[in-house]
Amino acid sequence: MARDSQAALVALNRFGFGARGGASGDLINAASDPRGFVKAELARPFGVLLEAPGLQSTPQLGQAAFAYQDQVKQAREAAKAAAPTEAPQPPAEQKPDNQLRRNLSLNTVVTEIAGQMAEAKPADNAMKPGTMQPGAAAPAAAKPAQPLNVIQKTFRTEALARLQRAMLVDCGFTERLVVFWSNHFCISASKGELARMWAGAFEREAIRSHVLGCFADMLKAVEQHPAMLFFLDNQQSLGPDSRAGQNRKRGLNENLAREIMELHTLGVGGGYTQGDVTSLARIITGWTFAGRKGQLGVPGSFAFNANAHQPGPQMLLGKTYEPTGLAQGEAALADIARHPSTANFIATKFARHFVADDPPPALVARLRDVFVRTDGDLKALATALVDSDEAWKAPLTKMRSPYDFLVASGRLLARVPEDPGFYLNSLNLLGQPLWTPAGPNGFPDTAAAWAAPEGIKLRLDIASQMGARLGPNIDPLDLLEFAAADAASAETRKTIERAESRQQALALLLMSPELQRR
Amino acid sequence: MIDCVENRLLTSRRGLLLGGASFAAWAYLPKFARAADGHDPRLVVVILRGALDGLATVAPIGDPDYAGLHGSIALASNGAHPALMLDSFFGLHPSMPEFARMYRAQHAAVIHAVSTPYRDRSHFDGQDVLESGYGGPGRVQSGWLNRALEALPRGERVSSGLAVGPTTPLVLRGSAPTVGWAPVALPQADDDTAMRLVDLYRHRDPALASALSQGLQLEKAASGDDMKPKPGNQVAQMRQVARGAAKLMAADDGPRIAALAFDGWDTHANEGGPVGRLAFLLGGLDGALAEFESGLGDRWRDTVVVVATEFGRTARINGTDGTDHGTGTIALLAGGAVKGGRVISDWPGLKPANLYEGRDLKPTTDLRSVIKGVLQGQFGLSDQVLAQTVFPDSASARPMKGLVA
Repeated sequence: MARDSQAALVALNRFGFGARGGASGDLINAASDPRGFVKAELARPFGVLLEAPGLQSTPQLGQAAFAYQDQVKQAREAAKAAAPTEAPQPPAEQKPDNQLRRNLSLNTVVTEIAGQMAEAKPADNAMKPGTMQPGAAAPAAAKPAQPLNVIQKTFRTEALARLQRAMLVDCGFTERLVVFWSNHFCISASKGELARMWAGAFEREAIRSHVLGCFADMLKAVEQHPAMLFFLDNQQSLGPDSRAGQNRKRGLNENLAREIMELHTLGVGGGYTQGDVTSLARIITGWTFAGRKGQLGVPGSFAFNANAHQPGPQMLLGKTYEPTGLAQGEAALADIARHPSTANFIATKFARHFVADDPPPALVARLRDVFVRTDGDLKALATALVDSDEAWKAPLTKMRSPYDFLVASGRLLARVPEDPGFYLNSLNLLGQPLWTPAGPNGFPDTAAAWAAPEGIKLRLDIASQMGARLGPNIDPLDLLEFAAADAASAETRKTIERAESRQQALALLLMSPELQRR
Repeated sequence: MIDCVENRLLTSRRGLLLGGASFAAWAYLPKFARAADGHDPRLVVVILRGALDGLATVAPIGDPDYAGLHGSIALASNGAHPALMLDSFFGLHPSMPEFARMYRAQHAAVIHAVSTPYRDRSHFDGQDVLESGYGGPGRVQSGWLNRALEALPRGERVSSGLAVGPTTPLVLRGSAPTVGWAPVALPQADDDTAMRLVDLYRHRDPALASALSQGLQLEKAASGDDMKPKPGNQVAQMRQVARGAAKLMAADDGPRIAALAFDGWDTHANEGGPVGRLAFLLGGLDGALAEFESGLGDRWRDTVVVVATEFGRTARINGTDGTDHGTGTIALLAGGAVKGGRVISDWPGLKPANLYEGRDLKPTTDLRSVIKGVLQGQFGLSDQVLAQTVFPDSASARPMKGLVA
């Protein structure tokens, strides 16, 4: 039987999450039929859905969050009533002594700080989810002694379910598709408690259900999901002439409308104007979710609030949409989903994610045509990608994202996590906190973004931790066989063979170009 | 999988890499030939991502249309939280007392109604234009600060820029060497492993070799006990990042140019006025500027900090007590080298007819002119280099004179 280890490397790493260690035989299976290996996952229509014990629906989660918020409020009020004194001022931050900082060389600064580092307590800090993005809201940190609240617990349960699935699937192509679409239609868990509570459910409900379905359906599911409406403020947006707008003297918020056109569909420069943004914002007024009192429906579920909806017809992208309530916005989204700019934007982004930062134009054109011809059939789009020669021939120059790197490492080490802590902390450190990008454009998708000096150095630190912990029990050369076999470079093989310990060998293997590039 | 961390000694040989003969890995060590006057310029670029509301930060309180447009979140010169009046017309947000102090000491200035050449309202294209220095979006391979570094005499004043954060901001990306640093707390790989990996990368993946080598250089220089991330408090994080960067830049052989970015300025809803969400963030920015001042010590004398954002926000508040994406905004300068105590503005006015597209503060100053003025004042870059290399095709945006003392 012909075996093509190089193609297996592409199948497992470009399309999937890398080979699993142990007895999986992933590399051998992929080598005997690379395209078939990747496409096998597309043939399982329900394989992409995620159901696990403890995962709840968006309304259930919303109600739990409301209940928790009520509890906190009551506790706060009770505490206030008991001790009506002002909270003490936090002590002023100590400023560094200017005298000490003067005229030092960098080397002196290093030496000085190395002394401080020796006194530091690493076990204390290393598990704290420090953020790598200056200014980005840090994920909620729990002190070890304090029990997790329902929001933190839910986030970890959702994260764990996603990670376990990624560790267990054969190739990981559909999971990679989920990650791609989830980042395309991202929300940020740092928006607030509801966003953190809903981040996992949003992906399960709005992304997974449609990842091998129709783009227009995914678009509608995403834009009507409470998590997205909350993330981009649409639940606050009122039609200026609607009954609620008149009564409450509040009005339009165009955040969601703009990002729908700029980031979700047409792409910037996709042929829309400020007037179109305002129109779409009016069209989707009233798209909200039912609150804790349930006046608009089951608390935490999508709701159309006719009282907040801007009355009258609206002109969008040269077409008039009659005032049909909720249907007005749904019709507009359906048209935007089929717009030629959307096909172009999605095809380019898709090819960039999987193949190259500057994707081959012929590949982009073919994907665009498939998108148009099939009316946005996302399974057809994925299949066309796997069937293309470009996707198999382009050199492996893409840099694995931190998430891909951590999952690939976990797979190779054959570790199914029982606790998401290590992954969540590592993702924070590496600048890709789970479901928490800095903006609605999601995490970057180019090598330049992830191959930054600080990022690579931190990956090495994390790989070393894994090596120190797991290295004693593994044979690094076996793992190299599982990961790349004869497609591994002579230099990588030599580096691992010559390592001074198994721990070191494992760290070097995880950091090798074969594991970092895809 | 890994749920605890080896409690091992963290001091490693890597600290020594920054001394003596090990500098080979750092091919672009800055060398200094001090100018005769002892001027040793430093430049910090702070990018506020999300589009800062310039009208809320430096409010044109004297403009008769301001209060009506900014409605419930407008600043006023009186009341419980009065704006800090910079002159008879402009008032500074009350959560920026440090900047106000610098302004009074003539070490801070405001440029108002400023904008890049970008006139649409996408954050991401706006940031690309702001950082790439090109006239329009779509050309994002390198940033103006990196090209300015390249234009400096190599091996003299400055030859390496510092990128603060886990990814290098576009403004500092390009062919001139940069080093990165971010505040973290993580046990570090030992030097032997690191050097073996550098060696493997050198043979198989030169781009990763270069990234890793640079990443190894500065990891400890700025990380001390006080540098641990403080999760959950964005304001503390801003200060902490600034403190670390200042510490690195204060060293005689530390980087002279740094870029960092603060996120979170996209205030679509419940922006708040003198108190509230924006006030909280501005307090963090104010604290970061103070950290630069104290951390740089007597180097502050030669420093300019430029604070810029991709565009402004609508002059009129939206339906949710926030502001949507707009155009004209402010740029802030702070530092001992700033010829400050001024609000520099060709004020366009806020009458409906004077607003850009009937909604935004109309830009009357090109941000490139401001930055060019700073680059020229600090590093002596020529008009021609600024107009062709640093900001391509920008001859019409003349460097603003007299920004630097």
